[in-house]
Amino acid sequence: MNLFSIIGEALRALRQNRLRTGLTMLGMIIGVAAVVLMLSIGQGAQTKINQSIAAMGSHLFIVVPGATSSGGFSFGSGTIKTLTINDAHAIAELPSIGATAPVITGTAQLNYAAKNWSTIITGTTPDYFAVGSWKMESGATFSESDLRSAARVVVLGSITAKNLFNDEDPVGKTIRITNRPFLVVGVLMAKGQSLTGRDQDDNVFIPITTSERQITGSQFPGSIRYMLAQGNSADDMDIAEIEMVQLLRQRHRISAGKENDFTVRNLTAIADVATSAAKVMSMVLGAIASVSLLVGGIGIMNIMLVSVTERTREIGIRMAIGANQRAILTQFLLEAMMICSMGGLIGVVLGIGGAWLVSQVADMLIVVTLGMIGLAFLFASAVGIFFGFYPAKKAASLKPVDALRYE
Amino acid sequence: MPSIQPHHVINPLIKIENLCKSYSLEDANGRTIMNQVLFNINLTINQGEFVAIMGQSGSGKSTLMNILGCLDTPTSGSYWLSEKNAAALSGDELARIRNRSIGFVFQGFNLLKRMTALDNVAAPLLYAGVNRSNSRRQALEFLRRTGLENFALHQPNQLSGGQQQRVAISRALINQPALILADEPTGNLDSQTSREIMSLFAQLNRDQGITIVLVTHEDTIAAYAKRLIRLKDGHVIYDKNNDRSLRTQ
Repeated sequence: MNLFSIIGEALRALRQNRLRTGLTMLGMIIGVAAVVLMLSIGQGAQTKINQSIAAMGSHLFIVVPGATSSGGFSFGSGTIKTLTINDAHAIAELPSIGATAPVITGTAQLNYAAKNWSTIITGTTPDYFAVGSWKMESGATFSESDLRSAARVVVLGSITAKNLFNDEDPVGKTIRITNRPFLVVGVLMAKGQSLTGRDQDDNVFIPITTSERQITGSQFPGSIRYMLAQGNSADDMDIAEIEMVQLLRQRHRISAGKENDFTVRNLTAIADVATSAAKVMSMVLGAIASVSLLVGGIGIMNIMLVSVTERTREIGIRMAIGANQRAILTQFLLEAMMICSMGGLIGVVLGIGGAWLVSQVADMLIVVTLGMIGLAFLFASAVGIFFGFYPAKKAASLKPVDALRYE
Repeated sequence: MPSIQPHHVINPLIKIENLCKSYSLEDANGRTIMNQVLFNINLTINQGEFVAIMGQSGSGKSTLMNILGCLDTPTSGSYWLSEKNAAALSGDELARIRNRSIGFVFQGFNLLKRMTALDNVAAPLLYAGVNRSNSRRQALEFLRRTGLENFALHQPNQLSGGQQQRVAISRALINQPALILADEPTGNLDSQTSREIMSLFAQLNRDQGITIVLVTHEDTIAAYAKRLIRLKDGHVIYDKNNDRSLRTQ
């Protein structure tokens, strides 16, 4: 028995029944294309999330002031001004924390020439840009001395810059914020949406001192809306969290047994949740697509069983001229596998094409990896072997005399 | 080995001893009943013989033919083919014997559809492990011997019955078997073509010494053989040399 000759026989048999071969293959093509497409959509979502996480800044904590309660009503985090700029400075001194950035926010009307725009105004320190992984499109961030002198300088988010300046370079120009002139020192690079879907590019940043004294003002001087704190390493996040809580409890003179008047949230943990959610989504998509592969496989089994019955006499003749069971088994198994692998190949191409189309039409990030192509192809071949084996075995175990007599 | 044996002992090609064959059937009540088709057959066929097995339908001649062709196995008794007991061989060994030692010619030709005459003739070589180009070259040679070299690339449905049977004979011959089994080889052919096919068998037997066992129910066809065996109800009732063989004419 010569394997190459048997491959030739299998190919010939498939060619003899082009329509049937093609239709059977279609099941495989759709299955594999669906798997590739779904996996690439899932992978794209995962990549998108990873990009958002990277843009957010690594090993970040957000610390927000605690909730007030009045007459039994509780008013949500941040309703009491218990967190101060000095708390932020103190936390920055902790060994497990690299830097902190206190933030106060408000909304303000901006004017430049004839244009005006309303947006969120963020008062913070220069560390904010490093902690939040911001990159500059042009110019620079404001400096420590701007902070000390409460200078009227502003860094623009990319969308804000676009709305006020169109294509003009904003750096060095003066805009008015609630009618006070501010010098634009820098424009940030676009970051896109945050994990929660908020636009991160429509905002302006000014020194926290300037904001406090001239724009947002404050009932309690020195109090902040929230602070960002960056841990030194991903491994020490738990330690950093404990240290921060201890330090703040001490600074706020909270006696043992009393609740914290602030909340520390680990953003990396939130990101982990988002990542695992995306992974689960990929898996669910892949699983749904696999069902169509399974259906394709059952189609192959069905056709192969019909084919074995229809070709019983041919099997008998082949046995009479000397084919042993293995030769018959090999031929029918090869036919099933060829349908699957050819269908798989076409399916992979169609899947990649479909992924490209989706990325164009739906403006989604689609990622096709060699791994998922390999996986889909391997899966298709496995389906071929699995569903081809029973019909092939049935063909091979026919008795020569019965097969020859079959009409 | 032959040198130490007395010269008058010829090792028979086929030796059948006490061979029985029965089939199990299920009757209407689902009970299994045994239907015996062959009873204690004893038969010896030597190298180079041309034997016709005759009998009415139901006489067991086709069953005997299937056993001779290693397509079926006996229920009891032994079947020695070239000194191997085919009754005790595995499926793979039987396939090997069918491939190397036996050539089949059937009433319905049994060519593979949608394959050229050339590929049909070459098919047994495929299972003997010969590569494609070699087997095709040999197949063309065997088609030439049966006068069909100009039809090598025709498919069976483009050939006449006689031509198809010649293709089948070429296929039977290609592995140079010791034995050719022909089951009603002229059953689907007109009398003129039948004569041509039978002459071809007779010529193969005479010139190349190929042993031929022929199953037929027609006297005119059986007349080509040198020996006649008649079966009735699973028993051998007649086994004699055919004095009036057409071969001797």
